[in-house]
Formats: sequence, C-alpha cells, structure tokens
Amino acid sequence: MSQAAEAISGTRDAHPHHDGAEMLRVSDLHAFYGESHILHGVDFDVKRGELVTLLGRNGAGRSTTLKSIMNMVGRRTGSIMINGNETLGMKPHRIPRLGIGYCPEERGIFASLDVEENLLLPPTVRSDGMSLDEIYAMFPNLYERRRSQGTRLSGGEQQMLAMARILRTGARLLLLDEITEGLAPVIVQALGEVLVKLKERGMTIVLVEQNFRFAAPLADRHFVMEHGRIIEEISAAELPSRREHLNSLLGV
Amino acid sequence: MTMIFGVPLMVFMGQLMLGLINGAFYALLSLGLAVIFGLLKIVNFAHGAMYMLGAFVALLGLQHLGLNYWAALLVVPLVVGGLGMLIERFILRRIAHLDHLYGLLLTFGLALIFEGTLINFFGVSGSSYPTPAALEGGMNLGFMFLPIYRGWVLLAALVVCLGTWFVIERTRLGAYLRAGTENSALMQAFGVNVPQLITLTYGFGVALAAFAGVLAAPLYPVSPTMGSSLLIVVFAVVVIGGMGSIIGAVITGLAMGLIEGLTKVYYPEAANTVIFVVMVVVLMLRPAGLFGKEA
Repeated sequence: MSQAAEAISGTRDAHPHHDGAEMLRVSDLHAFYGESHILHGVDFDVKRGELVTLLGRNGAGRSTTLKSIMNMVGRRTGSIMINGNETLGMKPHRIPRLGIGYCPEERGIFASLDVEENLLLPPTVRSDGMSLDEIYAMFPNLYERRRSQGTRLSGGEQQMLAMARILRTGARLLLLDEITEGLAPVIVQALGEVLVKLKERGMTIVLVEQNFRFAAPLADRHFVMEHGRIIEEISAAELPSRREHLNSLLGV
Repeated sequence: MTMIFGVPLMVFMGQLMLGLINGAFYALLSLGLAVIFGLLKIVNFAHGAMYMLGAFVALLGLQHLGLNYWAALLVVPLVVGGLGMLIERFILRRIAHLDHLYGLLLTFGLALIFEGTLINFFGVSGSSYPTPAALEGGMNLGFMFLPIYRGWVLLAALVVCLGTWFVIERTRLGAYLRAGTENSALMQAFGVNVPQLITLTYGFGVALAAFAGVLAAPLYPVSPTMGSSLLIVVFAVVVIGGMGSIIGAVITGLAMGLIEGLTKVYYPEAANTVIFVVMVVVLMLRPAGLFGKEA
C-alpha cells in the first residue's frame, strides 16, 4: 500500500492530511460520576487528520473528556458527534465501531493474556487496520516478547502494546491518555516517532498529555482545560508567541 | 488376594472409582461456578438447583415426551442454560451494580424457590432414571469391577471439563472472557458487547450444571433436594481450589472426590467431613485457595 510505503519512508511534514472535514465535535458536554459534576460544558472539535492535545493540570477533566467520548463515565449531557453521528445515546460497545481506538491512562494490559493475545484482543472495527506484520515492524520489541504475559513487559513496552492493539483494529480516531507518563526519555522519543508515522497515515489523534515538550512539536492545535472546561485554544502557529501565557496556565 | 494396607484391592479400587465419580461431579459443578464467578463476580447459589433441574428436566422429558438419554444430554443443558440466560438478563442484571453479596442472596432465594416448587409437586423421596441400555452392565478389569455407566460419566465429565478449559484458555472467545474478567469497561471501549457476553457466560455455567444433572440422573435418585446437598461440598471444593480458577476447579474437584473415596476405605466415619477438614486447613495456610492468586 502506498500509505504504508509513505509511513516507512517517513516524510516529516507536520500537516499533510487535513481536508477540513470534522472528525469529532464535542459541544456543551457535561459529565457526572454519581453526584459529582466533573465536566462543565466542554466544547472542541477535531478535523480529520489533525493531532490535537488536551492540556491542563491534574483534575482539569482531560481524562474524563476521553472517557465521556467512549461512554465510560456515569451520566452525560450535551453532544458528541463522531464523523457526523451523534453518539450520546449510543451503548458503550457501539462507539468504538465508529472507528475509534482508546488507549487508557492505566494502559489496561491484560495480565491473563500474553502479548499477542493482548494485541489480537480488540475486535476489528474497520477493514483497513494495520496487519500484525506491520505492527511488529513498527514495534519490534513486541514481536520478540509476543509469548510473554502482558503485564511482564516493561512500562514502555506495555505502552507500545496498548497503542499497537488499537492500530490493528482499523480505528481512524485515536484517543490517547497520558501515553508518556512515567517513561524513560528514549521511549518517549520512540513514541513521538510512532505518532508522526500515524499522522502520516492520516490518523486523527486526541492526545491527553502532561509532557508539553513531547506534545508541542506534534500537535496542530492545543486545548487547555481547567475546572472541566476548555479555557484556551492555541494553534501550532500561535504557539511561539503565546508560550509564556500557556506556561502560566499550566503552572510550569 | 492382593491387599492394600489391609484392604482388598477390589474394594480399594472400587471406592477409588466411586470417589472419582463424585469428583467428576464436583469438577463439573465447581467449573461452572468458577466461570460464572470470573465474569459476574457472583457466587451462584442457584447452581445446585440448576444441576437438580437438569436431572428433573431429563426425567420429565423421558416420562412425558419420550426424550431419550442421549438427546437429553444435548437438549437439557440448552433448555436449562436458556433459563439461566433469562435469569441473568431479567433478574441478575438489575442488581449487577450492587454489592456482590446481593447476587449471592438472590441466587440463594432462586434456589429455594425452584426447590420448594418441585417439592410441592414431586415430594422429596425421588424417582429413579433408567440407565441407558447401551451403558448397562460392567466390565471386570482384573483389578476392579467397572460399571460401564460410571466409566462413561468419568469420561464425559473429563471431556467437557477439558473442552471448557481449552475454549477459555486457547480461543478468542476465551480471551474475551479472561479480559472481561479483568476489565470489562475497557472491553466495551474496544467494541465488545460485554452485557451479551455476561448473559452467555451465565447461561454456559448453568448449562454445565444441567449437563452434570443429566449425567447424575441414572446414578442418584432424582429429587428436588439433590442439588442443595451436593452444592455445600462443591462450595468447599471451590474454596479449596481458589475462586475463579478454571483448571483449579477441575483438579481440585477430582482430587477431593479421590480423598473422599480413600477416607471411605480407611475411616468411613470421616468420609462426609474430610473435604471440610481440608478446606479449613487450606483456608488457614493459603486463604486464596490452592490455585487462586493471592490478593
């Protein structure tokens, strides 16, 4: 496939695939865990082929936003449109079938499955996912350890596995929650290279990230969250001039 | 005559065989309990009632519909398993979000309802189910006399247990089950219909119990109370093996049957209590059970 060839040759253009079509639109999203009101009207949109970040301090509601999109929290109100479909009333298991891959913050590697079983676990949601060979080419460590118990892998390998298994399903919109958390710099760099390759394949990515230095060169736009709302949107072009403002928002 | 520790070989082997047969039933029932507990986290106190229903449906099917033994082995688990799926879908699911203790109490109540209803119609004395003609009689193996039906029960139980183990440990469906046991919310986020998986799992566990019930029908009196007396022992087996361990349930079931059989040979007075003694010892030394993971 030409896309695969392109991924391997690796052109490093930051914005190759925007066609302006809307992949995800979240409007006035409120979310509740039992009695506690976590999200207070979140609004943002992601275009096809874009990589956006959700930045903010701990507890700002970034992970909850991703979980709300997957219908993994309690009650939600507002609107979540995926590829033009309203998903607020959908059952949780229907949402990934719209072509969404979710990588949870705790990685969710299954201890009772070996690496390859973990990799093959999520059902295919579209026909054009990466093949097992392509995935092993992208993550050679996983091939070497494919018979190991999933949770015996190092933190970095577990993160690679958590990413790899949603690439196999054919998902085109990836929701990635804190994928660099607690990992060594060399692994973080490798994950950055993976994200670049995924962008080149035309994937749309929402990245929840603490490590702004990791996210900054990858993203097209940044959304800053606080107290369950989006309080600021900063495009990659605006970033150099607004860096200090952003730092003060994030408290770094 | 050959003697083993002062007991004739034939007697010794005969008791061992009886023990293994009991063990096969312990294994089948604790396997179903383990499968259900794994995904639903419910201690299914209705399991004995489902085993009893298996035997009863086979008996009533034979008397009223002419359903023969071999057809019953296939049809009865489907019928009772279907009943199990209805119970899960319309009763257990409503309390799934509550503490698991409620599931235990509810299934216990269901067991009493099934048992009481059948006692009302059929009494407690029990009826006998004829041994299928093809499995009548026995063989003299030289060292022991083997009733063919008992050999068949052992074989059938082992095949079903190993088949279940294979499906759970080696297939994609089994991987869904194991993963759903660990983190069902994430499985939904991957697009797996977990509520449906839960219904099927409960139905399958119940079908295993019903299968055991059909196997038991020609061996034991078919009575409404046949399940509750067995279930107490099966729970002890599950505690010994460790909650939720598939292979642990099978091995422990067979082993406890053997231990019970051996006790019958050497100290018959303790035969009914030996499993509980083992349970107490295991709980003191290894609270998670022999095959369970320490929390």
